[in-house]
Amino acid sequence: MTATQERPTETREIGRDRRRKEDQRLITGRTRWTDNLQLPGMLHLAMVRSPFAHARIASIDTSAAKQSTNVVAVLTGADLAETQGACINAWAITTDQVTPAHPPLPADRVTFAGEAVAVVVARSAAEARDAAELVDVEYDELPAALDLKEAAADKVLAHPDLGTNKSAFWKFDSAEAGTGGNVDEAIEKARADGIVIEREYRQQRLIPAFMEPRSVVVDPTGEQITMWSATQIPHILRFALAATTGVPESKIRVIAPDVGGGFGGKLQQTPEEMVAFAVARRLGKPVKYTETRSESLMSAHHGRDQWQKLTLAATKDGTVTGLKVDLLADLGSYVAIVGGGVPVLGAFMFNAIYKFPAYQFNCQTVLTNKTWTDAYRGAGRPEATYAIERLMSELAAELDMDPLEVREKNWIKHEEFPFTTVAGLEYDSGNYEAATARAKELFGYDELRAEQKRRRDSGDTVQLGIGISTFTEMCGLAPSRVLGSLNYGAGGWEHASVRMLATGKVEVVTGASAHGQGHETAFSQIVADRLGVPFEDVEILHGDTQVSHKGLDTYGSRSLVVGGEALVLAADKVIEKAKPIAAHLLEASVDDLEFSGGRFSVRGTDQGMAITEIATAAFAAHNLPDGMEPTIDSEATYDPVNFNFPHGTHLCAMEVDTETGALRMRKYVCVDDIGNIINPLIVSGQVHGGLVQGIAQALWEEAVYDESGTLVTGSFVDYLLPTAADTISFDIDHTTSPSTTNSLGTKGVGEAGTIASTPAVVNAVVDAVRHLGVDDIRMPCTPERVWKAINGPGAGGSTEAAAMPHFDQSEPGQDSTEGAGA
Amino acid sequence: MTRISLTVDGASVSDDVEPRMLLVQYLRERLGKTGTVIGCDTSNCGACTVHLDGTSVKSCNVLAVQADGGEVTTIEGLATDGQLHPVQEAFRECHGLQCGFCTPGMIMQSVALLQENPKPTEEEIRLGLEGNLCRCTGYHNIVRAVQHASGQGEEVTA
Repeated sequence: MTATQERPTETREIGRDRRRKEDQRLITGRTRWTDNLQLPGMLHLAMVRSPFAHARIASIDTSAAKQSTNVVAVLTGADLAETQGACINAWAITTDQVTPAHPPLPADRVTFAGEAVAVVVARSAAEARDAAELVDVEYDELPAALDLKEAAADKVLAHPDLGTNKSAFWKFDSAEAGTGGNVDEAIEKARADGIVIEREYRQQRLIPAFMEPRSVVVDPTGEQITMWSATQIPHILRFALAATTGVPESKIRVIAPDVGGGFGGKLQQTPEEMVAFAVARRLGKPVKYTETRSESLMSAHHGRDQWQKLTLAATKDGTVTGLKVDLLADLGSYVAIVGGGVPVLGAFMFNAIYKFPAYQFNCQTVLTNKTWTDAYRGAGRPEATYAIERLMSELAAELDMDPLEVREKNWIKHEEFPFTTVAGLEYDSGNYEAATARAKELFGYDELRAEQKRRRDSGDTVQLGIGISTFTEMCGLAPSRVLGSLNYGAGGWEHASVRMLATGKVEVVTGASAHGQGHETAFSQIVADRLGVPFEDVEILHGDTQVSHKGLDTYGSRSLVVGGEALVLAADKVIEKAKPIAAHLLEASVDDLEFSGGRFSVRGTDQGMAITEIATAAFAAHNLPDGMEPTIDSEATYDPVNFNFPHGTHLCAMEVDTETGALRMRKYVCVDDIGNIINPLIVSGQVHGGLVQGIAQALWEEAVYDESGTLVTGSFVDYLLPTAADTISFDIDHTTSPSTTNSLGTKGVGEAGTIASTPAVVNAVVDAVRHLGVDDIRMPCTPERVWKAINGPGAGGSTEAAAMPHFDQSEPGQDSTEGAGA
Repeated sequence: MTRISLTVDGASVSDDVEPRMLLVQYLRERLGKTGTVIGCDTSNCGACTVHLDGTSVKSCNVLAVQADGGEVTTIEGLATDGQLHPVQEAFRECHGLQCGFCTPGMIMQSVALLQENPKPTEEEIRLGLEGNLCRCTGYHNIVRAVQHASGQGEEVTA
């Protein structure tokens, strides 16, 4: 036994910018992407996909394909029948939701262009793809429901047998919920003696476009059927496989090896996974399917795709009195695993950081004959944030106020936390004043405003705009009771276990499943501090249902705030279990022991013992207290008590060439308050990457279908992912209001940048040309749209008229800002 | 089938290949060089970037037969004697990667960029990496990494 030594505080791991443990492999090419796996006798799959958005399958002739060299089998939906299971929707947002059955390979009808109808199995991927060309499918084309608004009117049915395209209508009303007043009254009052801002905004369809195409390998040759998949959700996938195929869950092992990005796009149980599972079982051989990029863009789920009608009521001094939201949300042709739940995740966020007294949210989800939509980074919250942050800037313009001033007038003051919002959520902590002050300072807000004025006054052809987004989000999905009350099909807890190895090393198993976030590093830091062991001695295991037997995976900025808290609980249990052993070995009373810096010490003496020594003692089990279980390993399952509410102030300066519509980002500053930070380097990466995805929605990306329902942005030639040359370096900083609902005081950061940045950019673009009569430009703000907006009514101009019927059907075209005397 | 012989990461290799086989397929499927990955099918993403006879190429855009007699370096051959290449080291140091899927191509392109221009400006770095897509990092820390590797980096802070 050695003398107790406090670890000096400077070696605390939490807060250090540790370089990532995961990187050594990734920078040397020693990687385990699913597509890298090769197994003896492995067969390769290629999908035959529908070129039509909506058609009956008249016949499928597989004979030529079957005769091809090295082709083993060609199977259709009819061949696989019930063995293929089904793709599930885990969240019926209403009990009467209309949910079409979703067979992985439909036998009778295709519902979007790109849907698989047959699978070719061959000895090589190239031979499978060649033979797929030989499968002769006869289709009887059906009219396709493509346009969201027309689909909502049931003009053409995406699923004729269902009789409607309307899947579910979900409503929240603050008066009914008892969380606020009556929004219609507020609007009526504002119309008589205040200001009403009405707008209709389009959330264009986006594609997550993770860099690693999805890939799945299934090996049926062991006692457990093993599936490797490029997925964010190995645990949920195993559940879905078992629940829909009848194979016992205990006979299925799902492994998410190295996964190359997800952003929500790999939060899915895919038809391709189900087909690979069925084919492997049928043939008794390992199979692999790896999609091409074109297949990925066409058939992996898309995100966003909403129309938002918005009415904001305010008094003449700029105090908001109510907000009414009407959404149409495009589900695509099926209700995906989260599906219609995505807009519902935004329902609680339209009121954002503000103290609105009345609020109503209505959402109609709609089926169409397009690729199904689901979670994409932010999932519902970027849409909500965009709407409210655009509206607040419009309100400021109407009042001729500084947009920060009108926000401050309405936001929750730092001394008012915890604050229960009009949507019924309790925000635990925040300081919008501090984040905004820091952002203004970093940005040089006043100087840029002065430059903007100079350019306006001089009639410069390049105008400067300043855009603001003071966002918050709810993340850390999620308290299970809340999910239950929303009719979600699962809980929101997370699991962790801590294994104290005999050699003094520590294995930590988490149910969160990283795909680029750096969990191995950040989680090691948490455990190293908690147990007082070296960072290097902690190994994080995840992403394999046989190792990590319990978990709910990674999405919704939950890994740290839910999974991290489970780690803390499990580590604390280790300490508690070690304590009586330490007391026994040190011949002291448990009450006299202190644990610090990885050591138990006897108060008032120099006697002590490291927790790793106790792990060794428990392993040997030669000398333990009577009746003591010979282990200090522990596990914990943590169910969060609340969501988590990061916030921040984002400021963007855009230059707009008024002659060409060309845009240039001049500066982007963000100050996010994400509570205590575990690893600032990882946080910076999450923020930068998030920002660019949000900026890309504002400026570049859109999934576009033609009039026959073909995705015309089906390759990286047409779907404009930003490059290094399109983007700039960012100025980021943080203020800190620790979360009060978890012991580490952390808040989620994975989605923050994406949620916040889109409205900051569009506000900046609009601000640059507002004096030219522009109050909106539809996303993505291409030079063409910007030019058209400047040069007359068209794609970009005013969107007030479209929003009017939302307010008053009988008075279309009414001046929505008459109350302001405009 | 066509016989090709080439050097890959310092080793002499020889195989019969279909004329249509892409270099990236040859590297991955025949040689097991799975460090080089495929991210798209239109030569936009650059994830498959390797060096062929000292120049960066997208290996999805080169037929295996075109590499006959050539010398190929992949991400797996970049470190020498267990020592990371300075660009590899810089990507780790500056957190220039997250999921790591674009990283092999991004590093190979950065190495080629610095060979041609040892002290690039930020703009030159951004233009030089334009053919390589990353979805995770927003490029900010990739640019920092290349600056760092070129000896122009500021001290790395988060």
